[in-house]
Order: sequence, then C-alpha cells, then structure tokens
Amino acid sequence: MEQMVNVYLYGKRYAVPASATIMEAMEFAGYTLVRGCGCRNGFCGACATLYRIAGDRELHACLACSTKVEDNMYVATLPFFPLVKAVYDIEKVKPSQQIMMQLYPEIYACVGCNACTKACTQGLDVMQYIAYAQRGEYEKCAEESFDCVMCGVCSSRCPAGISHPQVAMLARRLNGKYLAPICHHLDQRVEEIKEGRYEKLLRELMQESPEELRRLYNTRDIEK
Amino acid sequence: MYQDPILAASAQLVAQAREKNIRLDPPRMSAEEKEQLLRTYHPDYREDQFQALTVGPSKGQKVPRELAALLQGHSRIDPAAIDLSKTDYETDVLVIGGGGAGAAAAIEADEAGAKVMVVTKLRMGDANTMMAEGGIQAADKPNDSPAQHFLDAYGGGHFAAQKDLLAKLVTEAPEAIQWLSRLGVEFDKAPDGTMITTHGGGTSRKRMHAAKDYSGAEIMRTLRDEVLNRGIPVVDFTAAIELILDESGRCAGAVLMNMETRELHIARAKTVVLATGGAGRLHYQGFPTSNHYGATADGLVLGYRAGAGLLYPDTLQYHPTGAAFPAQIFGALVTEKVRSVGAMLINAKGEAFMNPLETRDVSAASIIRECSHRGNGVKTPAGYAVWLDTPMIELKHGAGTIEKRIPAMMRMFGKYGIDIRKDPILIYPTLHYQNGGLRIRVDGQSDVENLYVAGEAVGGIHGRNRLMGNSLLDIIVFGRSAGQHAAAKAADVTPGKPTLSHVEAFHNQLREAGVDTGVISPRLLPTYNSLGKDF
Repeated sequence: MEQMVNVYLYGKRYAVPASATIMEAMEFAGYTLVRGCGCRNGFCGACATLYRIAGDRELHACLACSTKVEDNMYVATLPFFPLVKAVYDIEKVKPSQQIMMQLYPEIYACVGCNACTKACTQGLDVMQYIAYAQRGEYEKCAEESFDCVMCGVCSSRCPAGISHPQVAMLARRLNGKYLAPICHHLDQRVEEIKEGRYEKLLRELMQESPEELRRLYNTRDIEK
Repeated sequence: MYQDPILAASAQLVAQAREKNIRLDPPRMSAEEKEQLLRTYHPDYREDQFQALTVGPSKGQKVPRELAALLQGHSRIDPAAIDLSKTDYETDVLVIGGGGAGAAAAIEADEAGAKVMVVTKLRMGDANTMMAEGGIQAADKPNDSPAQHFLDAYGGGHFAAQKDLLAKLVTEAPEAIQWLSRLGVEFDKAPDGTMITTHGGGTSRKRMHAAKDYSGAEIMRTLRDEVLNRGIPVVDFTAAIELILDESGRCAGAVLMNMETRELHIARAKTVVLATGGAGRLHYQGFPTSNHYGATADGLVLGYRAGAGLLYPDTLQYHPTGAAFPAQIFGALVTEKVRSVGAMLINAKGEAFMNPLETRDVSAASIIRECSHRGNGVKTPAGYAVWLDTPMIELKHGAGTIEKRIPAMMRMFGKYGIDIRKDPILIYPTLHYQNGGLRIRVDGQSDVENLYVAGEAVGGIHGRNRLMGNSLLDIIVFGRSAGQHAAAKAADVTPGKPTLSHVEAFHNQLREAGVDTGVISPRLLPTYNSLGKDF
C-alpha cells in the first residue's frame, strides 16, 4: 500500500499518493485538467502553482507538473495571468535602451523587493535580468532569463506591475537578431543554394538505384 | 545520489567503469545487424499491436490498434444537427494547431497578405515543439551539403521517405535557420558567429544546431511572440472537431468546440492548414510518452474522415532515452543531445553495450534487448532501465559543460535530488514521435483540395524513422511552405456551399462494414483522472 498524504486543492482535502506530483494529485483526486496543464514536463509554463504548507507562513511558487506533493499542502493553481505583451515590429525596433522605455516603461518602477526572484519556478534571478533590461544590456538579460518558461508567477508577485517574461522575451529577440554575432557560413550557404549550386549533386543522388543508395549510405564517412 | 541500495550499487559500478568506458568508441552495427535487431525488438514489429483499417481512404493500411479505434470512431457531432449557415468566424486561411508548424504557417500566410486565424485546443505553444530539446539540422558547414543531409535522413528513414519532400526539407534547411535567426532565435554560436553544431544519432556531419537544450522552446516562444506582434487572431482553448467541405469536396472550414464551455462554433475558410501534431498521449502499447498533453492524433482523425489518406501510420518513434527514474518524470524526454555531447549508454554490468549515436529506432531496440533477452537491465521500481553516463560529459569537455549545454536536463533531474554532473541517469525508451501521418504533395496539400497539412501530422517526409533535429526542421520548412501555399490558393477560391455530408457518409461506411469501435473521436485529451472519465 502506497503511503498517502493530505493535500488541500483550493482548500478542499484529498488523500493522494505521497510520490505524486501536484498535477498527478489533482488527477488522482478526479480532476480532468483543461487549463493548467501543457507539456507536463517543465518546459511550457502552463501549470504555475502557489502553495503553502500548513503552519508555515512562507508562500511558495512552483510548476505543478514537476513538484512533489507534501503533507498538508494548500494548493492554488494560476493557469493564466494577465501579462502585458507590447506589440512591436522586430524589423523596425533597435536594440537601444529607448526601446524598453517605450515598450515596458514600468520596469523602471521596480522597487527592488526581489519578490520576482523569490517566486521564480525556474530559480532564475529575475530581478537581476530586469536590471539588465533597464540598462539596455540585452545580451546579459537574454542569458540570465534564458530558462524562463513564461509561467507568470514573477509578475503575479510584482508590486510594480512588471511583466517580466515579456520583457525578457523582447530582450532575447533583440539579442538573437541584432546583437549576437552574424553567422557568415549560414548566409553564404543560403546564397549558394539559391544559386542552385547544390541542385545537381542532390538530383543525381536521388536518381541512384535503391541498391546504390543503400551502398552509399552504408559506406558513408562519418565526421569524427 | 540514489537512495535505493540496488540503484546506488549499480551507479557505483558505472562510476568504476567510467575511466575504461570513456576511452571506447563502440563499433556501429552493420546494416544486417540493425535489421535483425529491429525485427526482434522494435515495438513497430509487434504484429498483434497493429490492425488493418476496414473503411476510409487508406483501407487495408496497418495502424496501431489504439489509432484504428479512433480513425474508425464516430464523430462527436450529429452532422444533421449542425447549422452551417451560422458562421462565427470567417477567414482566408484557417490554421488548426498552435505549435511550431501552425505558428510558422500563420506567419507566412499573414506575410503573403492573407487573412489568417489560428485555433488551438490548449494555449498557443502547448505543443511538442516546446518540448523539443536537442536541436535542428541544417547543412550549412563547409564539409556538408544538402545531398549529404539527404543521404543521412533517407538511410536513417529506411529508404522510405518521399524523395521530393525530403529534398525540399534538406534544401531549405539553411534558409529555415536563417529565417529563425532573423526573427531573433538565439542559436548557440562561437564568438565569431560560427554555429556550434554537433552530431545526432545517424548524422554523418555535425549539423545539429541548438539553443542550449531548450531549442524547441526557444523557437516556439519566438514564433508565438511574432504571431502576436502581427496581430494574427488566436482562438485558444478551442478544438477543431470536424472539417467542413464544400459541395465539390474542397476543404472549407471546421466545426470548433470551446474546450471549457463545450459550445460549438463554425469557422469558414478558403483554405485550411492542419497542424495538430502527434499522438504520444495515446500511449501505444502502453509506453510512457515524452509528448505534451494534447498529442492525441486528432488531426489524423479529422483529415481521414474528410478523405485524406495516410502514409506510414504504422511507424512510431520510441525515443531511446526517456527518463526511467524517478517516477515523477517517468517517460519524460532526456534529449539526444546528452549523447551528442558525450554521454554513453551503459548496462547493469557497467558495459558500454552500443555506440551511443546509432539512429533512434536502433538505439531503442538495442536498449529493449539489453533489458529483456540479455538480462542486462537495471531493476527500477517501474521495470528495467539502462544507464546514461552523464558524468562522462564533463570528463571529456571540462567542468561547467553540463550547465552550459544541457541546463534543462540538469534542472529536471536536480528537482529530484539527482545531480547529473556526478551521477549517471536511468533511461528506457519512451513514445516520442509519429513518423507517419497524412499524405501530402510537395506544396503541402493533402488528398483533399484546399486542405494543407504541416508538422508532425504529416507522413512521408522522414520515411519509417526520423533523425534527431529533422522534426524542428520540418515544422519550419513545411509549416512556412503550407502557409505560403494556403495563402496563394485562398486568393483563387470562390467559397462553395458548406457541408458535413462526408461525416454522414463515413458513418454509413462504418455501418455497412459492420465496424463499431464504440469510440467517439477525435479524442481531445488523454484520460488521466482516477475516475476514468473521458473528456
């Protein structure tokens, strides 16, 4: 018999297996999830969840898909949070400090409470990446925020109303498009293909007999 | 650290053998060895797990039993009770599915000037794209070429790919990477801009581009941001439950269902792009899956009922390295990149029993053989598994490599107290990808006029097995292409009279053939609640 623990889903008590994740506990309790469930493996940010353990004052945030239940856990899911997503044309924006001021001016109202960082389900230093964004240091902001799954818990805890994941999204796109070093061998290859330089080689290969294709495949040299 | 004494002892054995194993380069199997291995151990070869279809455009075709029940199931609606004259949404191009292929199609259809709309069953980005970790292939290095890429993929797919589709895939691959870069996707690069590329199973050149081990997530969130920037309407939590045709059998829209209120809506469109993804959540043969929650083959059911044929629906990809321990992440993907950057597969005796970079089907079959017939599996609470020796990575490439190159893996196991820099991890094959799907022409159109298909719902691009990194590639190449062609075609379409007569006709065929699977389809979500209540 598996060991059971009590969890309180939206305040209602259910006995669930101690090894279950919060998501599995909800399903064990009989819920059919539509909201608050996506990749079930910590990549999509659909299952942001807040909880407290009875007797403990601290509020915790996590992803329900990848957090084990604990005894006397009080759980509320946050399947949607109204983030502000500024609309912009990636071809027209420039990676200057002004663009953040224009699109996400509220980041300058950060009071430095660090609630975002404390709440981050990915353990990121959210306040730090917002500081980079304030200074227009998009490369650093991009690197610091890279593992963000955009679950929105940080924003739910922010007294300044900052939509941190969207700020980071903009910083990463600016970095990827404008600041990261240009890849010349890629651009060159795209041009060569447009000129048709690889067409003949490919066409000839495709026309080989099935036997010859097998031979070519089985004897091809493999880069070390 | 492993608490379980059996696992701890076995991990210790792996650690002791590490110095010796790391110097090995286990030979690759010959073509004959591979064929024999697959026949004996790959799940695709278990005859009793497949069933021939008795009705529909691919009558006689073998498919997994679970899929047969859905393809030959009954509609969620009574077609006679639906009033198609009441239109809720009207658009040029209707994109069904909010993953990578759907987003790429929507962006390109919008770029071409068409009015486009996306409907998606869950949220935009709830898709296997988001979970693709390892990378995306493109032949953009001097020692590589589209032909070399073709040869790898064609052979890896057992010489069964539709050649014209595969040629398009490899030829347009560098441009796909360029397009993504210009949208702001952050690929791993050296300071001089050179792409950092690695091998994947079955590649002959290092052409795997990555964004750490969040490659798919990085692509998906960027595409989603771009869809929103363009103001393309996204109707989320809305599933397509039937396609609408017109009097001449051309696709003309879809019946939609709000996932929360169950209200039905009618969307009329001049062309439709079906980008509904895969089927891992059907758990073929009882396998766990690495797929997202909504991967239930719904697009295959919709397309099949409307008259679109299937190609290779009997070929599934079992990713060799699904997490086998702990239980909370059972079946979750351990990216192939872990092997690309140097981890080897080790059995319970501490032996490196195979070359870690064989193709996925061969690797999966080899692991299953190790855990069954050969008796070299490690006993876990859920069954048997083999080790993936992650500490080797830092012995080969230096401290810090794991955090830099595969941070998501470090985090996933770290949450359960396993530090993959110090301890190896336990893996077993997991249901990962649907190699087959709806048949398309090179412009992306299915057997049904004005119905385009892109992404994992397509069959034929990869043949009977897909190489790592060719799926993120195909959703971009064929997603963009489907959007472009659907937009161009929409300009020439004069809307006809909408009908669901094909649904009635399909019901009649089922009756005449005496088929009653007792199943309502498409299935929209898996049934995981303990009460067994289907959605």
